[in-house]
Amino acid sequence: MSGKVMDEADVRRALTRISHEILERDRGIEGVVLVGIADRGDDLARRIAAEVERIEGAAVPVGVLDITFYRDDIGLTTEAPEVHETRIPFDVSGKTVVLVDDVLYTGRTIRAAMDALMDLGRPRKIQLAVLVDRGHRELPIRADYVGKNVPTSRADDVRVQIRELDGQDAVVVEEP
Amino acid sequence: MNKHLLSMHDLTAEDVTRVLDTAASFREVGSRVIKKVPALRGRTVVNFFMENSTRTRISFELAAKRLSADVINFSAGGSSVSKGESLKDTALTLQAMGADAIVIRHSSSGSPLQLTRWVEGHVLNAGDGTHEHPTQGLLDLYTMREKLGRLEGLRVAIVGDVMHSRVARSLSFGLVKMGAEVTLVGPPTLIPPEAPEWGVHVGYDIDAVVPKLDVCYILRVQKERQRQEYFPSVREYARLFGLTRERAALLPEGSLVMHPGPMNRGIEIDSDVADLPTSVIEEQVTNGIAIRMALLYLLLGGSGEGEVA
Repeated sequence: MSGKVMDEADVRRALTRISHEILERDRGIEGVVLVGIADRGDDLARRIAAEVERIEGAAVPVGVLDITFYRDDIGLTTEAPEVHETRIPFDVSGKTVVLVDDVLYTGRTIRAAMDALMDLGRPRKIQLAVLVDRGHRELPIRADYVGKNVPTSRADDVRVQIRELDGQDAVVVEEP
Repeated sequence: MNKHLLSMHDLTAEDVTRVLDTAASFREVGSRVIKKVPALRGRTVVNFFMENSTRTRISFELAAKRLSADVINFSAGGSSVSKGESLKDTALTLQAMGADAIVIRHSSSGSPLQLTRWVEGHVLNAGDGTHEHPTQGLLDLYTMREKLGRLEGLRVAIVGDVMHSRVARSLSFGLVKMGAEVTLVGPPTLIPPEAPEWGVHVGYDIDAVVPKLDVCYILRVQKERQRQEYFPSVREYARLFGLTRERAALLPEGSLVMHPGPMNRGIEIDSDVADLPTSVIEEQVTNGIAIRMALLYLLLGGSGEGEVA
């Protein structure tokens, strides 16, 4: 599969469905918080939060998590990985934390995100929502909510574009 | 980024911005209950302090520990240096022990550069003689940017013994690099003759400068570095160049008073002025930890071979 695999409407429908699934699985939003992984994951988390609020009529807290300091490849690259902001203005202890990211690939980012979350408190439960699952896991990690499964080869480049950063919503797969 | 941080000249304006932005993320880490991240797990940082220091050494130690690195503190007093071991042999010992980074404070200008010729790890200058103190300069830039929202166009006076001050050198170079307007103020005997080449203004009358400032940066009177008297008396210095309460009242609204510490209260700065809300001297210390974390992270975190899939 290559080219544009999701357009504006596909992304909107996927996020709407994920929002419904979160509400269904967690039986409302009591004790649920969304934490987006910077960058792009945080924008997606804010969109899901807006959708959940539209459906349920109650606000769900949103935080943004930078996982750079928890990466397993620090010191292996020639440039230190770029650092983003972490801003989680609530206590994650005892909460159901839904991690939100754009693409699920090797699972290493999610491993780092879970370690980072554990240092911030003791969540009751951690779930994972991703817009695209492209396969090729290197760790025993799976998503609870998936926008779209996109079969790819390892050499492919999967680009998630979102309005806030890229001016439009789309998921594009480029073959080498 | 260069492999070492010996001088402010090792950094481009983009590097400085990157260091300050990264430090902002580490400020957030410092506000958590668990103030530690695993970024430099398994790395060894040696604090090699051949000259007395409280805040810089503790700050570097805390910074390395908060990055999960192993820290070895090493000072002249309790080591073989007091038995007459040379800098080179000490450096080779540290090298043999596998130090990934060496933070050096030394009374001789240029010793960090010399160290880079003997060791393979990263060298960070924590103050060398009267040469430079780049981490102090960077934490000062961070504090100004955080408080005033920008560096470009800021009007900053650096007041006091510029001649013997490595802090003044690093800060001046950094401010000029970032587009600020710097004026050095002090007794003519304590302004280095080459100062105009740094791209700064020079003034001798603090009262003429103070009303037009965004930042008034007060340097410590360094009695330990003066081999001869550069001014007639401490009392005269305090009267002519000290930031008294009356002078501080002339500072524009919203401007900052800064000092690298340790302060001589009553000489270069009035005790009351040091405790005013415009004075951000304690925040400089807190920001110092974040800046040093950022530097260790950026230097050690980017020391690998290439891209990892």
